[in-house]
Amino acid sequence: MIEVRGLTKRYGSTVAVDRLSFDVPPGAVTGFLGLNGSGKSTTMRMILSLDSPDAGHARIGGQPYLRLRWPLREAGGLLEPRAFHPGRSARAHLAALAASNAIIQSRVDEVLELVGLQAVARKRAGKFSLGMAQRLGIAAALLGDPAVLLLDEPVNGLDPEGIRWIRGLLRSLAAEGRAVLVSSHLISEMALMADRLVVIGQGRLLADTTVAGLSGRAPSLEEAFLQLTGDSAQFRARNMS
Amino acid sequence: MTVRASHQPPGGYRFRHLARMEWIKLRSLRSTWLTVALAVCAPPGIALATGGSNATSGGMSVSNTLTGMLVGVLLTGVAGVLTVTGEYASGTISATFAAAPRRLRVLAAKAAVVGTVALVTGEAAAFLSFFAGAVALRHGITAPALSQPGVLRAIVLTGASLSLAGLFGLGLGTIIRHTAAAITVVVGIVFVGGTFIGQSDFAIRPYLPLYIVSHSLGATGPACLPGMASCWLSPWSGLGLLAGYAAIAMLLGGLILARRDA
Ligand SMILES: Nc1ncnc2c1ncn2[C@@H]1O[C@H](COP(=O)(O)OP(=O)(O)O)[C@@H](O)[C@H]1O
Ligand SMILES: [Mg+2]
Repeated sequence: MIEVRGLTKRYGSTVAVDRLSFDVPPGAVTGFLGLNGSGKSTTMRMILSLDSPDAGHARIGGQPYLRLRWPLREAGGLLEPRAFHPGRSARAHLAALAASNAIIQSRVDEVLELVGLQAVARKRAGKFSLGMAQRLGIAAALLGDPAVLLLDEPVNGLDPEGIRWIRGLLRSLAAEGRAVLVSSHLISEMALMADRLVVIGQGRLLADTTVAGLSGRAPSLEEAFLQLTGDSAQFRARNMS
Repeated sequence: MTVRASHQPPGGYRFRHLARMEWIKLRSLRSTWLTVALAVCAPPGIALATGGSNATSGGMSVSNTLTGMLVGVLLTGVAGVLTVTGEYASGTISATFAAAPRRLRVLAAKAAVVGTVALVTGEAAAFLSFFAGAVALRHGITAPALSQPGVLRAIVLTGASLSLAGLFGLGLGTIIRHTAAAITVVVGIVFVGGTFIGQSDFAIRPYLPLYIVSHSLGATGPACLPGMASCWLSPWSGLGLLAGYAAIAMLLGGLILARRDA
């Protein structure tokens, strides 16, 4: 379970995240939807306490991230597509992270197999394609077998086969009772992957609903999304003029 | 349907877990081993090449055999920088801090690992240089012996300077974050630039890092000679000042790390 309450982040005069509140319940995939620059990554980084909020807070399993005793065993995050040293092997990267949370080393091989990287596990990860890099990021997120997962645009740069693989993986992780938050700027992708939708624009909550709830608002899901985000763009234009 | 939370071991992540993480990170990069190999081999190589020629008729001083250790200081300084700026450049830092959000604990673990590896490297290089220098001597010149006063101290303290250089680099890398800028500051400004300043400004010379390594740590004789514009620091004061520089860099790095967004 993730709770976000009044989360706010400013960069100079830009308000990247604006008093944002929502929940990510267990047992479901929650799609985090918004156009580029709407504040999805910043929100996720604040949930993992990589960036500190100017106001508000986020909790994981009722705790601030900083207080988690074994962070990787409680939450797994995929934030950047290549969050590993290019000179290090996938195996060493995962082994180092596992050591930090006292995760047994056999789990490294387990997650490597789960994401299909065991054949290249000892190669320098700098040579990985974007798809393989995303798989390594997902392996890292799954290392601690966490009850909460946060994935920032995990399908970016993946081929259709990879996208389908992620979709199936996230659905099965949610079916096991985990809370899964996955961001995207593509409504079509979210429609296939998510049960619930948290839609933001200019850092603000635009809708906290189900896929069915959103598509009921307009002839098509895409139109409903564009209406929502379009309103927020107009709102911004009004405020700036 | 809720997933466990039951298989969580008691306690929480501690310094020793993070030290293990940092050790795996360090040892899994080829560049680490290249740097260690170079830092261990270059100083005795230089001692072999020059050991005989810069000996005086009165016998060779131990500090002559340790001249090449300055190369090791530069190398470990750069390696210290890279252990942290390499993480920022690649984005590994967000994976690291997501795994261990207590950043000062992570920095302490990095310092322990970098400091220890650089210390072992430095001592190996210093002892090898000393023996290589003795081997290279021409006939008729007395080689220094480990049993002579101050010789063992000179070797051990000079070896230790690599550890302090590594920590200084780690601290500055944490402050600056960008590889090129941090290496420029550590090598270009502090080490090399400082050495140029010291050639014209004798008053500050004894306090500059590379002069401390070459003239204070490796010294076996008096720090002041008649007619000298200023005295060198004593070996232990020199080491203390180097440790102070490293400590200031690490403290500033820690302060900034705790406050700034990752
Ligand atoms: N480090 C930063 N410095 C300045 N502005 C930033 C920074 N990170 C994000 N922003 C700004 O904050 C807003 C939200 O960005 P982001 O969270 O990356 O959006 P998204 O992930 O939805 O594309 C954007 O306007 C972006 O330019
Ligand atoms: Mg983003």
